[in-house]
Amino acid sequence: MREGRALMSAAAGALRAALPKIVLSPSLLLLAVFVYGFILVTGYLSFTASKILPVPDLVGIDNYVKLFQTRAWTIALHNLAVFGTLYIGIGIALGLGLAILLDQRIRAEGWLRPIYLYPMALSFIVTGTFWKWFFDPGIGLERALRLLGWNDFSFGWIKDPERAIYTLIIGAVWHTSGFVMALFLAGLRGLDASVLRAARIDGASGVRLYWYIVLPQLKPVFAAAFVILLHMAIKSYDLVIALTAGGPGRATELPATFMYSYTFTRNQMAMGASAAVIMLMTVAAVIVPYLYGAYRERPRG
Amino acid sequence: MRTIIERCLVGLALIVVAPARAAEVEVLHWWTAGGEAAALKVLKQNLERQGVTWRDMPVAGGGGTQAMTVLRARVTSGNPPTAVQMLGFDIRDWAQLGAVADLNALAERNHWNDVIPAAIREFSQYRGRWIAAPANVHSVNWIWANKPLLDQFGIGVPKTWTEFVAALDKVKAAGKIPLAHGGQPWQEATIFDSVVMLTGGPEFYRDALIKLEPKALQSAMMRAVFERMKVLRRYVDANFSGRDWNLATALVIKGDAAFQIMGDWAKGEFLNAGKQPNIDFLCFRFPGTQDAVIFNSDQFVMFNVARDARPAQEQLAHAIMDPQFQIAFNRVKGSVPARLDIPVEGFDACGQQGMRDLAHAARAGTLIGSLSQGHGAPAAVKNAFYDVITAHFNGEYDSDEAIEELLSAVAAAK
Amino acid sequence: MHAALLLAAAWYLLPLIVLLLNSLKPLDEIQAGSVLALPREWTLAAWRAAWSSAQIGVEPTGLSPYFVNSLAMTLPAVAFSTALGAVNGYVLSHWRFRGDGIVFALILFSCFIPFQIVLIPAARVLGLLGLAGTMAGLVLVHVVYGIGFTTLFFRNYYVTFPRELIHAARIDGAGFGTILTRILLPNSLPIIAVSVIWQFTNVWNDFLFGASFSDVDSQPMTVALNNLVNSSTGAKEYNVHFAGAILAGLPTLIVYVLAGRHFVRGLLAGAVKG
Repeated sequence: MREGRALMSAAAGALRAALPKIVLSPSLLLLAVFVYGFILVTGYLSFTASKILPVPDLVGIDNYVKLFQTRAWTIALHNLAVFGTLYIGIGIALGLGLAILLDQRIRAEGWLRPIYLYPMALSFIVTGTFWKWFFDPGIGLERALRLLGWNDFSFGWIKDPERAIYTLIIGAVWHTSGFVMALFLAGLRGLDASVLRAARIDGASGVRLYWYIVLPQLKPVFAAAFVILLHMAIKSYDLVIALTAGGPGRATELPATFMYSYTFTRNQMAMGASAAVIMLMTVAAVIVPYLYGAYRERPRG
Repeated sequence: MRTIIERCLVGLALIVVAPARAAEVEVLHWWTAGGEAAALKVLKQNLERQGVTWRDMPVAGGGGTQAMTVLRARVTSGNPPTAVQMLGFDIRDWAQLGAVADLNALAERNHWNDVIPAAIREFSQYRGRWIAAPANVHSVNWIWANKPLLDQFGIGVPKTWTEFVAALDKVKAAGKIPLAHGGQPWQEATIFDSVVMLTGGPEFYRDALIKLEPKALQSAMMRAVFERMKVLRRYVDANFSGRDWNLATALVIKGDAAFQIMGDWAKGEFLNAGKQPNIDFLCFRFPGTQDAVIFNSDQFVMFNVARDARPAQEQLAHAIMDPQFQIAFNRVKGSVPARLDIPVEGFDACGQQGMRDLAHAARAGTLIGSLSQGHGAPAAVKNAFYDVITAHFNGEYDSDEAIEELLSAVAAAK
Repeated sequence: MHAALLLAAAWYLLPLIVLLLNSLKPLDEIQAGSVLALPREWTLAAWRAAWSSAQIGVEPTGLSPYFVNSLAMTLPAVAFSTALGAVNGYVLSHWRFRGDGIVFALILFSCFIPFQIVLIPAARVLGLLGLAGTMAGLVLVHVVYGIGFTTLFFRNYYVTFPRELIHAARIDGAGFGTILTRILLPNSLPIIAVSVIWQFTNVWNDFLFGASFSDVDSQPMTVALNNLVNSSTGAKEYNVHFAGAILAGLPTLIVYVLAGRHFVRGLLAGAVKG
């Protein structure tokens, strides 16, 4: 009797100890298959001769060699560098600026905040129709301003191989900068008020207060914003398809569009897979150190 | 590990049999716009009169590329549609994977071999087996022109390249857009098709764009083709890049532009706008290509479905080949029937010319697949051509560089 | 300062306003006039067409039949992924075990996988599970690729929750489930709002999965919108396209406006802290 109860409670104890893992296991199982399993499959495919559908014939690193000999890929990498730098830079600058302004006890904050945030709610399938139309000199902004009498106004970036990439940046910044603003606003609201008060008493104000006291404390927000924007930049696909479809020429081809077109429209699935592997490695190169830095310290307690 | 992965991968490519219900067909296509969708509705109604339910699976975008992506997912998951709208070499690729049905019995009963031109059958059949029902034949070596505009400038139908360039000059001098064009790779390649045919003739076209012979690709002839592309580039407007083809057609319809080099699907736009051939607009063969028809053909490829779904699938294939449907559909679509046994009466002037040209080209052996529309070479090669043609058209390469790039890009994609 | 804020607001609003204005014009007015002009003739015809009579496929059904599909896909996907995120976040913040840091990192990294590369393998797995072309399969995929985000949100939120409170509850005999349902969840409104907004937006707006894993009866609204605006022939009915675009975006807009206040508060409490 007694032994039985001890056994039962031992079993219950073991169950209790295992409970957290049991609870996590469905999610982990799903991710093991749908994320890590598929990454392995993609890695494997990148060494095969797959064309329209996966095949198992291995061809070594041929696809990677071909990939880096392909002009479109190097152009796509270059474009991503330009796009990513400007998109992240402008996105963070604008988001931070708006957050600081909005943090000055603006009465209309309740109105303004959702206005800044809403673009994030819409997909580019929705807004892409607008942007493409708006940037088109023949029907959009250029024509509207000319009709208003500003006859030598010209805005043909989307048609200009040198400048088309900037239209992508405008669309992308429009889409996410409000979200970045919300991150910074949350960060600002979370600052320790006593530190700010002390700094004010010491005579710090305006720009100096922000530059020396506030911004250094927002470091985690900068990191979070950077990571979010970076992964959006690398994943950018819908935006490009909606706005320029990679053109004019190849002026706005990005790795994501490259990967998609090789995998699905050019029937060179293995090449697409090797492009995907390079993209994933790039993401990992940025994200893993970030995760390591951010979560190395175990949670308090 | 390797064997497990291998087995999974082989599984992916295996013939998969769908649990489709009987007396119903699921059709994956990208015809979602007014005229084409309406034409397809005729097919739907025909089938429904026979008690077959039409389950519509439209996925528009990118001239069918979006639909092809969806098809991959559908086949991989073991749930293929009954029939899929498809073009050219894509059909062959899917047939190679063993994912398609066998229509030979139906084809024999209805003598499809006798009524469909051999060049079209190249794609509807795989190793002697009927796998697809062709709904139409499009042709890309057409020019569409605004007639009042030409009359106003005193321009007749140009018969040669020199006359065509002279006509373009005249329009330019008068301040209109000579050539309505949309700067998308496939549209530039569409022009390229015709220029290759004009410059080198059918044999050269075959050698360069279908057999992909390096000798032809780097010949002086090919250089001349690129030089002519450069000439045409001078006559497009400043805003051409990224424009959809139907917006370019609209420029001709409205009289802002004089000519458009485009496949005969452009006719649908003129008809939709209430325009009439030979009164409001002209259709004529690209100068110097009058004897050839560079074609592409929309076909409905039948996929492997469960045995009990086969009868409905055959009814669908039969309905697509039905002369009445081919007439009704192609009147709207701008193309001509894939069947050669249909009388030309009942079609407008452009359609009648298209049908006569098709019959002539089929006999003369000058009915040749269009590279730009995926009937010359597989997708990888086609896109390699696109890359070079577009880069050259946008001034990234000169003609010598273009030839060099073409050679290496085609070799890499083969 | 106010001027700068208002200018920014105008810039953010511009696309929505232009879409709205032009959706209320007849087509010829769009073709002839300026993007920025007010309609001379106000009409709801384009909205009616987009909703109930625009050509989507063979039948001119408008977007309305697809609206229900999108809801049927989005609501369960949001609910399941949020629930899983809450439980995972709870375990990862308050039930420590060896290697929990690595587990969290592995879950988190799943946020960064591009969807295009998982398309074909996912199709295969859905086929093997017998979920090809079903709503359940579509929901499953959306849940899987949402777990990373929702776990991140909840874990970071619960980490900041006072340890003492949970400790006291444990001493009082509260078990695993009781702590979650009685103590944490009732205090989780802000982070639930973040999770719901985030997931609702992502799932509702998805096109690639929706197009690839759906069936005739489960195609979501984004696929229908794509068929409407991306058809390649015929005069572009911009006014109908714009009305359709707004209709397709409306549910997410409503969610943002209704729950937006909690969003910033939830971010403050959770997402940023990590």
